[in-house]
Amino acid sequence: MTISADLALAWPELILAVGALTLLVIGAFAPKQTALVGSGSVVVLLAAALASATQPFGVAFGGGLISDAAATFAKVAIYLASAVAIPLGQSWFARRGVKAFEFPVLILLASLGMGMMVGSGDLISLYMGVELQSLALYVLAAMHRDNAKASEAGLKYFVLGALSSGLLLYGASLIYGFAGSTLYSEISLSAGAEGNTGLLFGLVFLICGIAFKVSAAPFHMWTPDVYEGAPTPVVAFFAAAPKLAAMVLFARVLGDGFAAAADQWQQILVVIAMASVAVGAFAGLVQSNIKRLWAYSSIANVGYAVLGLSSGTAEGVQAMLMFMVLYMIDVTGFFACLAALSRGGRSMETLDDMAGLIKERPAIALAMTVFALSALGLPPFSGFFGKYYVFKAALDAGLWGPAVFGLLGSVVAAFYYLRLIKAMWFDASPGTTDKPPVEANAIALVAAIFTFPVVIIALRGLDVLAERAAHVFGLV
Amino acid sequence: MPLLSMITYAPLLGLVGILVLRLMGKPEDPATAAGARWIALITTLATLALSVLLVARFNPNDPGFQFVEEVPWFAGLYYRMGVDGISVLFVLLTAFLMPICIAGSWKSIETRVPEYLMAFLLLETLVIGVFCALDLVLFYAFFEFGLVPMFLIIGIWGGQRRVYAAFKFFLYTLLGSVLMLAAILFMIGSTGTSSIPQLMQHHFDPDVQTWLWLAFFASFAVKMPMWPVHTWLPDAHVEAPTAGSVFLAGILLKMGGYGFLRFSLPMFPNASDLFTPLIFVMSAIAVVYTSLVAFRQTDVKKLIAYSSVAHMGLVTMGIFSGNTQGEQGAIYQMLSHGVISGALFLCVGVIYDRMHTREIKFYGGLVTRMPIYAAVFMLFTMGNVGLPGTSGFVGEILTMVGVYQVSTWTAIVATSGVILSAVYMLTLYRAVVFGTISNPKLESITDLNWREVAIFAPLIAATLYMGLQPNSVFDLTAASVDQLVQTYQAAIGGAHP
Repeated sequence: MTISADLALAWPELILAVGALTLLVIGAFAPKQTALVGSGSVVVLLAAALASATQPFGVAFGGGLISDAAATFAKVAIYLASAVAIPLGQSWFARRGVKAFEFPVLILLASLGMGMMVGSGDLISLYMGVELQSLALYVLAAMHRDNAKASEAGLKYFVLGALSSGLLLYGASLIYGFAGSTLYSEISLSAGAEGNTGLLFGLVFLICGIAFKVSAAPFHMWTPDVYEGAPTPVVAFFAAAPKLAAMVLFARVLGDGFAAAADQWQQILVVIAMASVAVGAFAGLVQSNIKRLWAYSSIANVGYAVLGLSSGTAEGVQAMLMFMVLYMIDVTGFFACLAALSRGGRSMETLDDMAGLIKERPAIALAMTVFALSALGLPPFSGFFGKYYVFKAALDAGLWGPAVFGLLGSVVAAFYYLRLIKAMWFDASPGTTDKPPVEANAIALVAAIFTFPVVIIALRGLDVLAERAAHVFGLV
Repeated sequence: MPLLSMITYAPLLGLVGILVLRLMGKPEDPATAAGARWIALITTLATLALSVLLVARFNPNDPGFQFVEEVPWFAGLYYRMGVDGISVLFVLLTAFLMPICIAGSWKSIETRVPEYLMAFLLLETLVIGVFCALDLVLFYAFFEFGLVPMFLIIGIWGGQRRVYAAFKFFLYTLLGSVLMLAAILFMIGSTGTSSIPQLMQHHFDPDVQTWLWLAFFASFAVKMPMWPVHTWLPDAHVEAPTAGSVFLAGILLKMGGYGFLRFSLPMFPNASDLFTPLIFVMSAIAVVYTSLVAFRQTDVKKLIAYSSVAHMGLVTMGIFSGNTQGEQGAIYQMLSHGVISGALFLCVGVIYDRMHTREIKFYGGLVTRMPIYAAVFMLFTMGNVGLPGTSGFVGEILTMVGVYQVSTWTAIVATSGVILSAVYMLTLYRAVVFGTISNPKLESITDLNWREVAIFAPLIAATLYMGLQPNSVFDLTAASVDQLVQTYQAAIGGAHP
């Protein structure tokens, strides 16, 4: 295959890489042009999304980069979610006096990493994608330099993230050693062989590393601290797109590389899923900070996504994709609401701060109620349909125990979502809030309208796309 | 013309109207509140008119589903609506009680009126949706979403322990429902269809039926509510505003009974047969135990709430008797209880609005100051006891006859419930209405005003009409009930349908 044919399959990545570097140069020489860099980044991301949507399918760079329905599905979602994060973050930082043109550039680099993750065809591109994404996220978490909590969050994230990258790399080297190749397609030939314990050993490390990235229990410890410390719009970003990227990567490694060993990893994934649901549901009960609360909520929700994947079927992958995309919109919208709210210049982050919000800011409070109910999994909000897919896939795969466990977990978690709604609707307001910025308001509103009622119609299209995407992996 | 969708979503039009009004006006503006009240009343009356049209055009000889609407949704699911003889009257009951709820809270709700009315209109849409949905997932969506407006109604406009009651209500019912969701997913996965009419024809393996039945039972038993999972009901009732109680007792409780009729009996007949003794025991305990508990209450509303649980015990007995009399009696009892218990809660609301207490001890001798009220309250007390001539009698006697054919002992125990209901209702009536006024604060209490009379008039008419002309109801339900009983008896191998 010629280099030009290879490059034709890497258009979105090229656009992102060139765009990010160009904007970086512009920013470095004209640091005051944050608006230009920001809007430029949004344009780059939209162009990348468009390029992904129209890209031909195929395999490039000796199998290292794959372009298929799943990569396209994930990339479009990831780039759009990243594009949303930029205006949200820029206005947030501007209001706090932080002039950082790096913010949109870092988002671009993280998106590039995520694009590589979802299109990776071997362990090398997997690791490159993961690291590029993670490094950008570490910096983003510590973006609010003058804030001690944000610095702490960045450091914590970095140290633990480095550990998990080590695990990932160790697992990858074991797999390479026992399979003799880094390509998933060749690993899959060895994976089915009896007694290849070393390969499974490597797989376990790999799963641990990815589980860390999606913040699934028992690798979730960093999540609450980082969510609490990091700037809210940054959390809005990395609670959404990177999770989808890591989950798609998960599906690709397991489906393309280890489909023959499905019986083995299925058990691990079921345990991870159940542990995440339990941790997310119970630990969330005692939180008073909303960002921490949502960290636990995200742990539980990732548990549901992993549960879908653990069914080891194409239906399960489809369920995971549907769940993650719907969850992404939900969580972005929620954090956009949080980013929009402040009282006397101070961010509103505790449950008590939310008291009486329905009188103060009816639109935002209503949107947050919708997001909370959706995260709870209550019909007819989008979260319910995600869960519908996940539990149906799990039940069809015979995992009725974990499915019922997950459903009961959602009842426990319901308590903390209701606490938030109770604070907003039942309690008396302690004082007036500041006028919310336009961008955050608009993003929250659009996400809320999608969560209900647009989702009712959008489901038909998403269902078809996710089904097509799910069938590219080696699972039936 | 998609009549069912029109009825279901008509209240949403009113909701949107009120929302626009609310966003344009200032919060707590009396003009906005007044406008919202009128919009809500007109919308609910229009819904009622459409429902009357539905019943008028309903073909009583067709046992199947009518007015069916079908639009493909996602992943093989459908937006599917339809009514049969069992559900059509519940739609009418809902549409009938809604304007009464709105009118009943015309004066008593003063804060956040537009939000309150929007919650009620949403509730109406969802409940009618539950009765019309013919697709499992659609049914579940309507069924579950109803928790939210009710949670808000109890939590915002309730009494002192409103937050506790709202949480208890939500979590109890959610716990029941998620198990039902698991069963729904299993049924869709194993049969490949989510259509309720098709699933009613499907024969599940008896072992599978047992599990599915238990999962649905978990949800419906909590909604019903059956002893021993009824404890959320008194809390929710006491804390809910009057109209919330009317809606809760009058309509929401019927969703459990409707669920048994729509799912448990036709889809899992063998399991229903297997668990009938359990149901009979639980219902019998409910009838006797909650009647005794009701007798000891000091709060008027709590007393009526416990009496609701006892009456629902009779309904579950009737449903699981599996014969025509039992089913007809259960349906009739549900409709009649919807009207009578709603009216009783309104009666409590009348004196609560005036005196702001529901303590039985506070009252006494109201007849001397409120003769019209005393007469109205008397009628509904008698209806609740099951006096011949009121709708309560027809339901009770038919249920007893049905249960008697299956289990004599259960019927005997259930009969004692009728006596006990007379004991607590008449005691309540005597304590509140008769005697002389011992509390000086009651000297100034006023009788019903024209608005309250107008609210009670349709309820009185319904109670008496259903008591004297029961056939007008049975004619509508007969065909569907006969079919239900026949397929049920055929499935369990019973001799006499």
